[in-house]
Amino acid sequence: MGYNCVVLIKQVPDTKRITGKAMNDDGTVNRAALAAIFNPEDLNALETALEIKDKFGGKVSVMTMGLPAAAAVLREALYRGADEAILITDKRCAASDTLATSYILSCGVKKLDYDIVLCGRQAIDGDTAQVGPQLAEKLGIPQITYVEELVDLAEKSITVRRNIGNGWQKVRGKLPILLTVTSEANTPRATAAKKMMRWKKAITPAEVRQKVSAENSGADKGTINSLSERKMETLEGKGLLIKQWDLDYLGANLKWCGRDGSPTKVHRIQSVVLGAKESKNIEPTDKGVAGLIHELLEDKIIA
Amino acid sequence: MIEVNRKGEVWVFIEQHDGRIEEPSLELMSKARTLADKLSVKLGAVLPGYKIRNLAEKIIHYGADKVYAAEAAKGGLLAKYQTNSYAKVICKLIEKYKPQIVLYGATAAGRDLAPRIASAIKAGLTADCTDLQIGDHTVANSDIVHRNLLFQVRPAFGGNIIATIINYDRWPQMATVREGVMLMPQPDTKRKGEIIEEKVQLSDSDVPLEILEEQKKARKVNLKAARIIVAGGAGVGSRENFKLIWDLANSLGGAPAATRAAVDLGFIDKEYQVGQTGTTVRPSLYIAVGISGAIQHQAGMSQSQKIVAINSDADAPILQAAHYRIVGDLNVIVPRMIKALREKGIK
Repeated sequence: MGYNCVVLIKQVPDTKRITGKAMNDDGTVNRAALAAIFNPEDLNALETALEIKDKFGGKVSVMTMGLPAAAAVLREALYRGADEAILITDKRCAASDTLATSYILSCGVKKLDYDIVLCGRQAIDGDTAQVGPQLAEKLGIPQITYVEELVDLAEKSITVRRNIGNGWQKVRGKLPILLTVTSEANTPRATAAKKMMRWKKAITPAEVRQKVSAENSGADKGTINSLSERKMETLEGKGLLIKQWDLDYLGANLKWCGRDGSPTKVHRIQSVVLGAKESKNIEPTDKGVAGLIHELLEDKIIA
Repeated sequence: MIEVNRKGEVWVFIEQHDGRIEEPSLELMSKARTLADKLSVKLGAVLPGYKIRNLAEKIIHYGADKVYAAEAAKGGLLAKYQTNSYAKVICKLIEKYKPQIVLYGATAAGRDLAPRIASAIKAGLTADCTDLQIGDHTVANSDIVHRNLLFQVRPAFGGNIIATIINYDRWPQMATVREGVMLMPQPDTKRKGEIIEEKVQLSDSDVPLEILEEQKKARKVNLKAARIIVAGGAGVGSRENFKLIWDLANSLGGAPAATRAAVDLGFIDKEYQVGQTGTTVRPSLYIAVGISGAIQHQAGMSQSQKIVAINSDADAPILQAAHYRIVGDLNVIVPRMIKALREKGIK
């Protein structure tokens, strides 16, 4: 038996721990203030997939769409137990909204053999929770959102408990299916030292090229290319070349990718300016506090 | 997707479970009414379900001109919410009537449903809006102006920025809207409207999930309705010490609440959480005790009529957002407040 799980993950700026200003004065996002991390609930999605593999066997593939630097979260997934990692990267993916993103991801997932597709409930940079359901629709499979417990998996059907806001629901669905997983579902396992030893040298073609260029500064483009090719072949032989797919490889229709594929556009971005209200300082003394209460009563704020 | 349709109506998805309309759907009606009036179009409510005629009447009282009451042609396939069947019905209605705007409450079901619809009709969708307006957009570096678009305002990057999103070419313009940020309209039982019954062909494959068991918790706390809220943050220090918050709330006849930090530290249950990932509140009085005032928290309480902040750190951002600032030890100040209230004959 065994199940093939595909987990969609995202590298996100750590919006919960912002140091300094989130925005530059020109209105762009200040990337320097934001450390890049593995989206928290994607770790719960990965953990669910790993639990399925531990119990029933099968394979766990992780996929992300992003800049070449997003390879970092793919490696982290390998360190935790994923079997295969795929990076979708292409300049033409830039400015994709959730609709375009889900289209591109669907092209990637369709290249794989899958029983269960898993996503984190939402990413902490956008908090939209849209890509999961949109991807399920593009794949033409049912979705179960807000999964907080994997109850059972038997033959071709899965039973989970899902959060419905004001309670929960236990539902069963047939495979293939897409789940979005919440932080309640499990405690993601730590990276394993052994797996880290095995995968730490796993890199993407983009990283190979970067590395070769850095090691051979001054070399012409042709040399860099052939050195990179050779390096990639070696890595591939060892199973250490992370798959890197572009939109051509995916056979994606460019009309539905990037800016063109995104119906939503940004009209305006504003930094949040807090406070600056007309205010009074109240002394922390009996008299000060009594004065405040008196004023609130006078103004009929309290009665 | 549908073409840009300036005559299209403004629609609200009405979420009901077992014959009960969810509050966020009704909250949306007042804002949707304003938008429809501004655009001089009708306000339509889309109500999929089973035996929903009496609900349709009620929605008219809340401001709808038309209610599209959709039932499955065969049996009760829409009796229980399921993503696929509900999405199919709404997609069909959108294609038939071509509304220019479709709004959904950002509830669990709303956030499950709206993206499935957006994907199927290849339209845009903005999640978790905190405000909606009608406005014009000039395309950058051009003189192309798109008039009367839906401005979809939402916090992003963990609440650190506010983005206004638009969608000018592939309609309808769709958004989910945060619970609690729009005010519930007063129903007008004399209002008249039109009920359009829709019978939609569905098959068993449109309800792919089996719902085996369901349990709903009655909400213990209703922060949205509280006139006075006393909220504690990490600065309160412990679950035991959180009693101070409960005591002050009791003295004022208000509700206790907390920041995410206080909830994460286990001082109080999650349903008391105010802020970006909790409830949005707008009481007459909000007393922030030992709360530093992270953007995410302020997003949920900055609309309060009067804010009192008690903090030992004179630089805490919450003090900048407060109308009354008290710098000092909350363990001393809160009992003083309770005492002062008692002296005034309150409790």
